[in-house]
Amino acid sequence: MSPELGRFALSLACVFALAQAILPLIGAQRRDRRLMAIAPGLAVGQLVALAASFLCLVNAAITNDFSVSNILENSAVAKPLLYKITGVWGNHEGSILLWAMILGICGAAVAAFGRNLPSALRARVLAVLGGVAAGFELFCLTTSDPFDRVWPAPLDGQGMNPLLQDPGLAFHPPILYTGYVGFAVPFAFAIAALIEGRVDAAWGRWVRPWAVAAWAFLTCGIALGSWWSYYVLGWGGYWFWDPVENASLIPWLSGTALMHSAIVVEKREALKIWTVLLAIGTFSFSLSGTFLVRSGILNSVHAFAQDPARGIFILGLLGLVIGGSLVLFAWRAPSLTAGGLFAPVSREGALVLNNILLCSLCAVVLTGTMYPPFMSLLFGKTISVGKPFFDAATIPLAIPLFAVMGFGPMLPWKRAQLWPVMRRLWVVALVTLAAFAVSLWGLSGVLPVLCATFAVWVIATSATDVANRIALFREPFSRSLQRARSLPRSAFGAALAHAGVGVTVLGLAAMSQAQHRVVEVHIGQTERLAGYDWTLTNVQTEPGPNYVAMVATIEIRHNGHIVTVMHPSKRSFNSQNQTTTEVSIHTNGLSDLYGVIGDRHGTDADPTYVLRLHYNPLAPWMWFGALIMAIGGALSLSDRRMRIGAPRRAPLADVVAAE
Amino acid sequence: MKRKTRRLWLVIACVGALGTAAGLTLTAFSSNIQLFMTPSQVAAKPPPADRTVRLGGMVVAGSVKRDHKGDTPINRFDVTDGQSAVTVSFEGILPDLFREGQSVVAVGSMAPDGGFTASEVLAKHDETYMPKEVAEALQKSGKWDPKFGPPPDAASWNTMTQKEASATVQGK
Repeated sequence: MSPELGRFALSLACVFALAQAILPLIGAQRRDRRLMAIAPGLAVGQLVALAASFLCLVNAAITNDFSVSNILENSAVAKPLLYKITGVWGNHEGSILLWAMILGICGAAVAAFGRNLPSALRARVLAVLGGVAAGFELFCLTTSDPFDRVWPAPLDGQGMNPLLQDPGLAFHPPILYTGYVGFAVPFAFAIAALIEGRVDAAWGRWVRPWAVAAWAFLTCGIALGSWWSYYVLGWGGYWFWDPVENASLIPWLSGTALMHSAIVVEKREALKIWTVLLAIGTFSFSLSGTFLVRSGILNSVHAFAQDPARGIFILGLLGLVIGGSLVLFAWRAPSLTAGGLFAPVSREGALVLNNILLCSLCAVVLTGTMYPPFMSLLFGKTISVGKPFFDAATIPLAIPLFAVMGFGPMLPWKRAQLWPVMRRLWVVALVTLAAFAVSLWGLSGVLPVLCATFAVWVIATSATDVANRIALFREPFSRSLQRARSLPRSAFGAALAHAGVGVTVLGLAAMSQAQHRVVEVHIGQTERLAGYDWTLTNVQTEPGPNYVAMVATIEIRHNGHIVTVMHPSKRSFNSQNQTTTEVSIHTNGLSDLYGVIGDRHGTDADPTYVLRLHYNPLAPWMWFGALIMAIGGALSLSDRRMRIGAPRRAPLADVVAAE
Repeated sequence: MKRKTRRLWLVIACVGALGTAAGLTLTAFSSNIQLFMTPSQVAAKPPPADRTVRLGGMVVAGSVKRDHKGDTPINRFDVTDGQSAVTVSFEGILPDLFREGQSVVAVGSMAPDGGFTASEVLAKHDETYMPKEVAEALQKSGKWDPKFGPPPDAASWNTMTQKEASATVQGK
């Protein structure tokens, strides 16, 4: 019964969403208060219906209802409960439902937190969100119904992919999707502003927290995905420039630009048209990234839905959303008035440079991702673009970005002199020079040295920025503390997020010096890597619930002292004829020792084992930095100014009709 | 600062950044693009030794051999597209999903002895998955028609004549 209830709830949500898309829009055009006031209720109703539908699917998964084909294909009785639940979104149909539900949450959040928005703007924003949601709920209902039944229902399901049973992968999609979908809210604000024909400082202030929240989730999602591939796939790599990964990086880059240009709109009422375009672009990248990948148009190891009928629906939907919004932009953008003036050397100037560099980076990643499918589509030539391309094309663009990141926040608005800022940075300059010397000694290659140097520069300038603002060392400490307390949290948040970028980049630069060896050893044999002695002391066979594991014991010594004992293993799942590699990682915060056991060879009397040993310097910093960035974003969000006391919008003297 | 001057600065900055981006992209493309090649293409016209290519095909059943260079194990296996086969040597652990008779993509370059040295071996997540290129090559050579069920055993592709191929698939 519950799958049918779920489908009914989904249909109900779709009806709510359609009503939410149409009625408030008419209300806002006719200035009909009743029609406008209906929007928040519909948004909440849609969320309730979606949540009910989602719970029905979860319930079907928990109760092993294999008459539902989605559960049959993706679950099994023997699966642990946690993965039965997380498996709900581990497949195409369920992930679309999750996507729709997160969009519903965004809509309800706008309804709940948007009480201080002008009623017409709120009605239009909710209408746009409703329209997008209706599209995806229709897609879910018509081409990827998660509640499809099969008859007769088998006794057990087929879905036990051991590779996907991992906490990292289980929680990666919801966080990543929240990031992707979160950019729907700035998008809806942009469309509403275009319909209204008005963008002002208040608009910038309303958009910014949504952009920051989505960005923080996307940052976490990307980091979690990268961490998952690092410790599960067992290749010692963390980023493969796979189309799926790039699909998340592209909106991250443009979303970062959006977050910064919204500041300029808020503070100086400049860059309005550009910000609107960025909001449209970021959501378009989020949408096309996920859905082109999900439809299998970009062929990739990850893509799990390969069905052309869905592809056509998705392309139609994408065309409607992206094409429609761009047409609206082309038509209405000229009516937005240009904003305040500023000199090239100023805070605005630095933010513009940030935007230009981020968008160039975004364009490079987009080109590298889209070029191979286009080549094969148009010329039938199969090529692929990998890490060497992206490294060579993106790092030289990223380095000036790091340079600007350092002093940008210290420049005053409107017009600045470089010299006074530079004078405050002499400590930072010394630190950066020292970092340069250290990285020249420790790292090989021009790009890693430059990256490490500028990473230290970014961290040092962020610290200096906060120190300057609270007048640390210039005034008594108690006074500084007092200043720190009155300093807005968003200032701390920004400095923290910038420092997080520095930490991540340091990790990336150091990882370019990672070492690894593949060896075939007898038990008791010792190998040397990166100053550590790795001894394979034992290999045992241990039975698991539905697999047999070959567990190795590797002792690692440094100068004769034992550092750690690790137990990498290889699991053979008899039912699926599949094996998985369980990596063993020992970290001390500064470096990871990473061990993988491969095949067993040799005779039974004298077996040999293939081992892969990695030494990964500063590897944990890559994800730690991302966490710092997200915390910085959250800290900014907790700033009271972001939530309340938003500037009252100046009353609109002449109502701009959208027709 | 006048609006016009500001716009000029903006245009200069945009053109500069996008120009650099385009330049970097093009240089990186010219030296870093990896062509996908089938074993028959490699046999017909081997790529230069300094060029990284992706060799895709099926692992010939019974062709996986193991060797050593010091403590480092080396795997050798043949990759075929049904028309010719290329021997791949790879230092390292073969991926979990690597199987004889299943599709594989080897990233690497040609060795002086005519073999292929892989720096990376990719096996697909799905056992029934076959790279599109391999499927096309098989269909082109007339050894497999997807209408008649799953592809024939990879071990037989090299030796199988077209007639036999159509006989086996029709028989199924």
